[in-house]
Amino acid sequence: MNLYVPILTIGAIGFGFAAFSIVAAAVTGPKRYNRAKLDAYECGIEPSPQAAGGGRFPIKYFLTAMLFIVFDIEIVFLYPWAVSFDQMGLFGLVEMLLFIGTVFVAYAYVWRRGGLEWD
Amino acid sequence: MNFVAPVINYSQVLPILIVLGTALLGVIVEAFVARDRRYQIQVPLSIAGLVVAFVWILKIHATTAITAESAVAIDGPALVLQGAIVILGIAGLLLIAERKLDSSGDAFVAQAAAIPGSEAERTATLAKLTQTEVFPLTLFAIAGMMLFPAANDLVTMFVALEVLSLPLYLMSGLARRRRLLSQEAALKYFLLGAFSSAFFLYGAAFLYGYSGSVGFRQIREAIQTNAGNDVFLLTGIALVSVGLLFKVSAVPFHSWTPDVYQGAPTPVTAFMAACTKIAAFGAFARLFYVGLSGARWDWRPMLTVIAIATMVLGALWALTQTDIKRMLAYSSVAHSGFILTGIVATNKAGLSGTLFYLVTYGFTTIGAFAIVTLVRNASGEATHISGYAGLGKRSPWIAMLLSLFLLALAGIPLTSGFVAKFAVFSAAYESGSTVLVIFGVLTSAIAAFFYIRLIVLMFFQDPEEDGPTVAAAPLMTTAAIALCATVTLVLGILPNSLVHVIDAASRFVF
Repeated sequence: MNLYVPILTIGAIGFGFAAFSIVAAAVTGPKRYNRAKLDAYECGIEPSPQAAGGGRFPIKYFLTAMLFIVFDIEIVFLYPWAVSFDQMGLFGLVEMLLFIGTVFVAYAYVWRRGGLEWD
Repeated sequence: MNFVAPVINYSQVLPILIVLGTALLGVIVEAFVARDRRYQIQVPLSIAGLVVAFVWILKIHATTAITAESAVAIDGPALVLQGAIVILGIAGLLLIAERKLDSSGDAFVAQAAAIPGSEAERTATLAKLTQTEVFPLTLFAIAGMMLFPAANDLVTMFVALEVLSLPLYLMSGLARRRRLLSQEAALKYFLLGAFSSAFFLYGAAFLYGYSGSVGFRQIREAIQTNAGNDVFLLTGIALVSVGLLFKVSAVPFHSWTPDVYQGAPTPVTAFMAACTKIAAFGAFARLFYVGLSGARWDWRPMLTVIAIATMVLGALWALTQTDIKRMLAYSSVAHSGFILTGIVATNKAGLSGTLFYLVTYGFTTIGAFAIVTLVRNASGEATHISGYAGLGKRSPWIAMLLSLFLLALAGIPLTSGFVAKFAVFSAAYESGSTVLVIFGVLTSAIAAFFYIRLIVLMFFQDPEEDGPTVAAAPLMTTAAIALCATVTLVLGILPNSLVHVIDAASRFVF
């Protein structure tokens, strides 16, 4: 049980901080509402208007997000390899090239099919 | 930290790598080849990849290996199922590649991103656009299915589960006709599938907590030495089972099956009904026979109850269906129950019976769905059962072939289905699960009723005036149907050759 005491303590501190921040902000913060504050939040820019009849998100947002994930995951695997590539030798190099090549196939597909053109 | 390169037995995993490599080549073709040439390249490429993979499976058929740091186990059951998946994958691909049936192209939507009924959709249809991404997607799914029954630890199993599922979610939503139904099916399948994957992962975490490893051998040893907390073990078994029972569509995790089977393009339904079931039951058998075999007295009662519920409810619901695709979907639920009977037997006969059942079931299912693609009216496939009235008088050959597949599904003697049912039921009887056998035989009788009702409808009723017509079967569909019908007949009359192969192969390595 003793092993868990630090974890529980960290959890309690985290929970306490969140609760304190919310309560303190609600009690002490100034309350000046205006249109911008009540609007939907969209990364600090003007929210995009919704098209009539349940508009759809342009597909390019989705493509950008997917590409980001693909390369993000590639980095996740590249870092441990970069740290110990000298120990893995040729095997590690070939495996990494195979992996990067596979990811590159996805990239080539997106590029050729116009996924990188914004407009 | 010292790094030791893992030992990978490339020869044994080569079939999976060939299929994956062909899928990647397919993606490159999609990227660099002109639009109107893609189809001519994709079809031969995909089929060639599968054929080469099958030849390699034949070459390594008698070998066993645990390879890639015990992540993959290639043994008799894995190779039998991989071989079946590849052959059925070829049959499925032939149906998917068929372009002679639908006057406006193939079974797939011209542009998947266009809103159903919108101007963009009309433009795409008028331009005769066709998508060829389905070929690499199918190959990715097949590669995942081949890895699934060979996965020897929970993480590899999960990766294989996702690799096979994600393309199927997408392909379910690509039907050319009745697009809203198809998109609804894809969304349901995706949401419920993601949900069940989460259950699987949570269960895997519990099993890891119990045994300190995700490897099946370590879990097995932990159970034998009674190493951990039983609560973790039982919770883990239950949650992992949810994930797998979802994929094999066992009651109460079956509710997606009729909707997805109905909404998905029929070639995709044929492919996934056969191959997903084979792959998932292969993984199921390995997990429960290798990893969890020491806990069989805990999971057998649970699976017995699920098997009975699946058989009974699947057969009863199938009785009430008026759409042939939904009927076949509920029949697939009932068949999951029959196959579970073989798994619950937990003896060698149970394993070989299960493998034999899976192979025969795959061929009959693809054959039955292939015939569904042929019966058409002006708006596409006529899936309402009334459309099949009098089919025996209009096109006796097609009606006879469909009857053959239905009789095999019902398990009538001289078809492969009878041999398969006999194998699993006798294995269950041997292992002392008499209750299961009684329920199995009773529900087989109920199930026979709705199969034979359709046969009666086809041969003893007059066709409707403006009913659907049967398209003259074009080459690729004919080839797929011929393959399935031959296997169904041959395995019904002369099952011995395959029975011997499977008997010799029915041993897991661990």
